[in-house]
Amino acid sequence: MSITSATASELLAKMNAGEISSEEITAACLEQISRQDGAINAFLSVQQEAALASAREVDRKRQAGEPLGKLAGIPVALKDNICSNGVTTTCASRMLEEFTPPYDAHIVEQLKAADAILIGKTNLDEFAMGSSTENSAFKTTANPWNTAHAAGGSSGGSAAAVAAGFSPLSLGSDTGGSIRQPASFCGVVGMKPTYGRVSRYGLVAFASSLDQIGPFSRDVTDAALLLEVISGKDQRDTTSLEAPVPDYTANLNQPLENLKVGYIDNLHAEGLDEEVKAATLAALDVYKSLGAELIPVELPHAKYCVATYYIIAPSEASSNLARYDGVHYGYRAEQFEDMVDMYAASRGEAFGDEVKRRIMLGTYALSSGYYDAYYLKALKVRRLIRNDFEQAFQNVDIIATPVTPTPAFKIGELVDDPLAMYLADIFTTSANLSGIPGISIPAGMSQDRLPIGLQLLAPPLEEERLLRAARMFERETEWHQQRPA
Amino acid sequence: MDYTVIIGLEVHVQLQTRTKLFCSCSTKFNPDHPNTQTCPVCLGLPGALPVLNREAFHLGMKTGLAINCEIPAFTKWDRKQYYYPDLPKAYQISQYDLPMSQNGWLEIEIDPETREKKKVGIIRAHLEEDAGKNSHDESGRGQESKVDLNRCGTPLVEIVSEPDLRSAQEARRYLEELKLLLTYINVSDCNMQEGSLRCDANVNLHVHQENGEVTPTPIVEIKNLNSFRGVEQAIEFEVKRQWDEWQKTGLSIKDVPKETRGWDADRGITLGQRGKEEAADYRYFPDPDLAPVTVTDEEREQVLQELCERPASRRERFEKNYELSTYDSAVIIDQGRAFADYFEKVAEDCGNGKQAANWVTQDVLRELNERDCQISDFPIKPDVLAAVLQKVEANEITIKSARTVFQELLSQTDTEPDINRIQSIIDEKGLGLVSDTGELDAIIQSVVDKNAKAVADFQSGKQAAVGALIGQVMREMKGADPKTVRELLIKKMS
Repeated sequence: MSITSATASELLAKMNAGEISSEEITAACLEQISRQDGAINAFLSVQQEAALASAREVDRKRQAGEPLGKLAGIPVALKDNICSNGVTTTCASRMLEEFTPPYDAHIVEQLKAADAILIGKTNLDEFAMGSSTENSAFKTTANPWNTAHAAGGSSGGSAAAVAAGFSPLSLGSDTGGSIRQPASFCGVVGMKPTYGRVSRYGLVAFASSLDQIGPFSRDVTDAALLLEVISGKDQRDTTSLEAPVPDYTANLNQPLENLKVGYIDNLHAEGLDEEVKAATLAALDVYKSLGAELIPVELPHAKYCVATYYIIAPSEASSNLARYDGVHYGYRAEQFEDMVDMYAASRGEAFGDEVKRRIMLGTYALSSGYYDAYYLKALKVRRLIRNDFEQAFQNVDIIATPVTPTPAFKIGELVDDPLAMYLADIFTTSANLSGIPGISIPAGMSQDRLPIGLQLLAPPLEEERLLRAARMFERETEWHQQRPA
Repeated sequence: MDYTVIIGLEVHVQLQTRTKLFCSCSTKFNPDHPNTQTCPVCLGLPGALPVLNREAFHLGMKTGLAINCEIPAFTKWDRKQYYYPDLPKAYQISQYDLPMSQNGWLEIEIDPETREKKKVGIIRAHLEEDAGKNSHDESGRGQESKVDLNRCGTPLVEIVSEPDLRSAQEARRYLEELKLLLTYINVSDCNMQEGSLRCDANVNLHVHQENGEVTPTPIVEIKNLNSFRGVEQAIEFEVKRQWDEWQKTGLSIKDVPKETRGWDADRGITLGQRGKEEAADYRYFPDPDLAPVTVTDEEREQVLQELCERPASRRERFEKNYELSTYDSAVIIDQGRAFADYFEKVAEDCGNGKQAANWVTQDVLRELNERDCQISDFPIKPDVLAAVLQKVEANEITIKSARTVFQELLSQTDTEPDINRIQSIIDEKGLGLVSDTGELDAIIQSVVDKNAKAVADFQSGKQAAVGALIGQVMREMKGADPKTVRELLIKKMS
């Protein structure tokens, strides 16, 4: 077993058996990063010394028989919009290029308590706005399966890191699909939990009512393990839920009896690639062969998801990003005439085009005279979208859909067509709008050797059900065992 | 032609919570150590999130109920967005269309002679976070401006009155009554000089034309008011200015948008502030980081119970139940709740409200001022003072002697004065009035017998002659009540 293609669970077993040390694992990952990240560009920063020091400490604790956390000695990469104390957190923006948070995000505290090894901060689209990392101010992450293609976004770096063997686990954030889409593109598992399952304290906000942090991993078991570590109520995040955190790995291998799988009849999405369609139908057949009942579901307002999302998300973003004003921290322009000009110059120089585009969209949608027609209306449609799912889940246990209309597009292909980029969010935004959990699992491969993912959706707080359903599929297939060349 | 003055006041009051509205930083006034009472939340750092301070909401409810507002069952938080260096998130968390209280009133006295009162309507009172403080180089030499965020996030209640006030004096009375009320219920110290109470005034005139039409002049919002007196002066100035302006230009509210003017206290004038031609669009929307707040009937009831009697009704009750003058009642109430509680205990225990009022407003208050101490720290507790006054009521000591006892109790710094000490002091100093008339009678008889000439003088009309006799009796019998002695002597001699 090669360290850099093993799962976290496998590595934990080996460490517990005394066959390998955390230092060896960490060193192997760092070695892989130094050899290959020049071509992939998954990382914005690597905390080499600190990671090795942590690894040695975990090894010492393990030797001494001291109690260890659930992820003891396992490297985890963090999307660079998650605040880590003393480590620059740039959000892939010039605005925060030199920003070092004086505090840890809640999930970073949880990872440290679990004795995970924080190995590095990964690339993203600037302020999590985008689907390819092409909006990063610093670099574009390439797909480890074919470096001419995008790794996806906005959590492209975190997805690529796991696919390329740089880290067995990573964390991303998902606002409209930013975990599930790159997971699908990179052939790894990626999950967005129920809104409020994981604390947002320390996640640099993009769209407050849509953002959630979630795991990337090589298999469903690892995703369950990492999800458990980061879940739970945080008093510092009012929107985090009181619900207790179950042991997500306990019954993972128990299949769901009499599973009712919902599917969308007539996959008529414009531009739905034939191979993606085929992979989705094949996946449904797998469930059928396991005794599941396939039931078509109606989501009548699904066609409004993208429009609704692209009003709500930019509106909240325009407000969340107003604090980057050049006054208190972050980038401040050097030349300006007066205070107002200082604001304009700092923001104008430090924000990229996509960020500016969304700030303008959001500011417009919230303006006096337009608020009712856009933002308020979008909130009402959002309620209808959520109602569709509540209705559908009366009749089915999970819903299976494609993740994206196509496999990974080429780098540069969509970057000048933002609207086309937005329309590709058609399958993923619904989960963020309705707050339900969703997972992307490897489910196919295109002719061009680009991964194709399957999305599963479940009702709020049914992560256990979602993971077990995913595991059912995973056990019958080998897609998740494939690794890029 | 004549006019009516129309005034509405917007008051911001800082709530006296220990910590800020959305984080646990201290709210202590600390300008000497800028940016030390801050955290990621009130600094608006990336990734930080607000969490509501329940106590602030509780005090907000108390405030709303105290000014007779409705407290709706559902209220929420909205972001008010604008850019300014003292606002790190570039939005203020406030309340827009569903404030936590509305439709109240505050009764004020508008004529001290007739005691005529009126109810000033209150449109709404809502909670919001304060901004930080900018300081500029006043010399104008172009040095840096600085931002201190210690204050940023402190809880405020914004109280908006209806434009029901009709004079500068009424405006001042409103502020005074509001301050009394809010300090009484312990929600704020309402100190305008320190910034825990801020006020903007909206003023215009309704001009009554000869043909019967009423034309409103343009509304002016006056800012930079730093004292109650300043509010009064600024409004007076503004009224004159608007009247002159009207007579010169005839421009009405339809012609000119609302103007903002700043009060210049040194020059005693309001000055137009440039650059506010358009009303800012704050792009309000519900804050997605915070949950709305629901208030149950039980919770509302509970806060109402806690609210205690408000100053206005307590004032009336003191006048009625204890037969105090309006003046005395007001003096007692104005000293704050603890002082009024002290008075009331003394009054109840000694049974004479007027006597208690005299002592409390003169002797006790004088001591408090001299010692610069609060009533809660005053060494003589109400039951002790009441016990002293009881002895006066029972004619056991004179008022003058009571004052001696009072001073004696105060001078004992080793232990807290207690009731038992009172009798000891009386005995030690021989202050006890003799009520045994038998003994007194014998002495009076003997004095009368010894002073035939004085008795004769008195009997022939020289009233003053009794004075010397009183003196002799008093010398013989210390602790005799001179009033009683005089009465008995006169009786004996008549």
